[in-house]
Amino acid sequence: MERSSFATRSVQFAFLALVAGAWFLATETGSISALFLPRPLSVYAALERLVQTASFWSAVLVTLTTIAKAFAIAIIAGILVGYAVTRSKLATQVIEPVIAGLFTVPITLFFPMFILFFGIGTGSKVAYGATYAFFPIALNTIAAFSNMEQRYLSAARSMGASSFDTFRHVLLPGALPVLITGMRIGFFICFASVLGGETISSVAGIGRNIAHSAELMESARMYAWICFVILTSVTLNLMVYSFENHIRSR
Amino acid sequence: MSDTAISIRNITQRYGAADESSAVLALDDVSLDIKKGEFLCLLGPSGCGKSTLLNIVGGLFKPTSGTCLVNGRPVDGEPHPDKVAFVFQESTLFPWYTIIENFRIALKFQGIAQAEWDDRAMRALKAVGMASFAGHYPEQLSVGMRQRVNMARGICVETDILLMDEPFAALDEQTRMVLGEDLSQLLAATGKTIVFVTHSLAEAVFLSDRIVVMSARPGRIKTIINVNEPHPRSPDFMLEPRFSELRNECYALLRDEIRAAMAAQRDPQPQNAGA
Repeated sequence: MERSSFATRSVQFAFLALVAGAWFLATETGSISALFLPRPLSVYAALERLVQTASFWSAVLVTLTTIAKAFAIAIIAGILVGYAVTRSKLATQVIEPVIAGLFTVPITLFFPMFILFFGIGTGSKVAYGATYAFFPIALNTIAAFSNMEQRYLSAARSMGASSFDTFRHVLLPGALPVLITGMRIGFFICFASVLGGETISSVAGIGRNIAHSAELMESARMYAWICFVILTSVTLNLMVYSFENHIRSR
Repeated sequence: MSDTAISIRNITQRYGAADESSAVLALDDVSLDIKKGEFLCLLGPSGCGKSTLLNIVGGLFKPTSGTCLVNGRPVDGEPHPDKVAFVFQESTLFPWYTIIENFRIALKFQGIAQAEWDDRAMRALKAVGMASFAGHYPEQLSVGMRQRVNMARGICVETDILLMDEPFAALDEQTRMVLGEDLSQLLAATGKTIVFVTHSLAEAVFLSDRIVVMSARPGRIKTIINVNEPHPRSPDFMLEPRFSELRNECYALLRDEIRAAMAAQRDPQPQNAGA
């Protein structure tokens, strides 16, 4: 275990080093215009300047709040709908393919409608992120609750468990691992769609700043923002994974 | 108070509507009285309705017709966890709880006061020699250990009646022999009424006071065999000629039923091919 995990980590770091090296080489040799890809050091300098501004942190706050709201709505709606569907076998058979089918529709196409309905402010991004994240959460909730083995339910019933007891001690803990997976997928879809939505059309937030820097051809600043998003995303990913492993290993 | 623990009266169980071609008659007019403190085995070929009968007695579902009384009260498709405990074929220890948590949850479901949970759990675990594994998760134990614990959980709820649905089916021959001996020792002390479903002839003879031999589908009671041997039984019982005689008697009764059950599961065979 220890060794293979070390080997995996080494390969991953080597890959990162390779990307960074390629970036460094491509910009130092001048084979690519600084307008498309600025030098790593100038991106770093831009990031350093950026984090010292108040507008940076207010943009981050706007985006994180939007993601939090969208994700909260997606979790509540996704789990409620998913759980309700699994209460009946017929409903599961009818509704599960419908939700799975809708999930394949690129909801991005409807983004202009979100702007029309909810305005150009954060409301449209909340609705857009929540809609996108709803599907994987609902689908995983359905999978989580409908795969419960009958013998566990029979055992609980024979021991005299009430329906609340059965939910609390059998259905929920049994479903939790798959439920958490759905929430993880939902979270990253939510993260991506809020940032994407902000980049396409918004008045504030990280995405808006990225689009704005691009319009002004301030590529170093744009890449500084992008690097910040990547760092945030990696950090969140690690946090979510360790949380997920913690739940599974119980 | 009568000395009958379970009274099964004219139970019929049909799956699917009577006029459908796919309808299956699992149990056909089964009646049986089980005495208090008796160890009774239901023996029969696969699909003869043994487990169905056990589930009806346990109140997991309602039969198509007929009644079942436990301590004189009708079961009627509702479990009576205060009187009846189940031990299932596969381990039904919840994998998300440790062994001790599994016991606590069983006692909680049954409505036992919290102060008694750990005491009772540890007593039952000690009885099967698994007390040192209380903090383990089920998947950390071998199949045999898990089934030992599963059995202990059925015992710790301290019901008068224990229904066991092939509890040793997933185990290898040697482990099930040892567990069977343990069970005989354990239960002789408690005086519980036990209904035990099994495929194993040796297990049935070794454990039971009475063996109910059932016919292939539709399930009916073919014969009841008495095993007059006091509990707890020593492994030496298996070496006695009487043990083999009883075992052979069961086999003779079952042989045709097993053939009939298997014939129903494959292509029709041509009769009198030479004629």
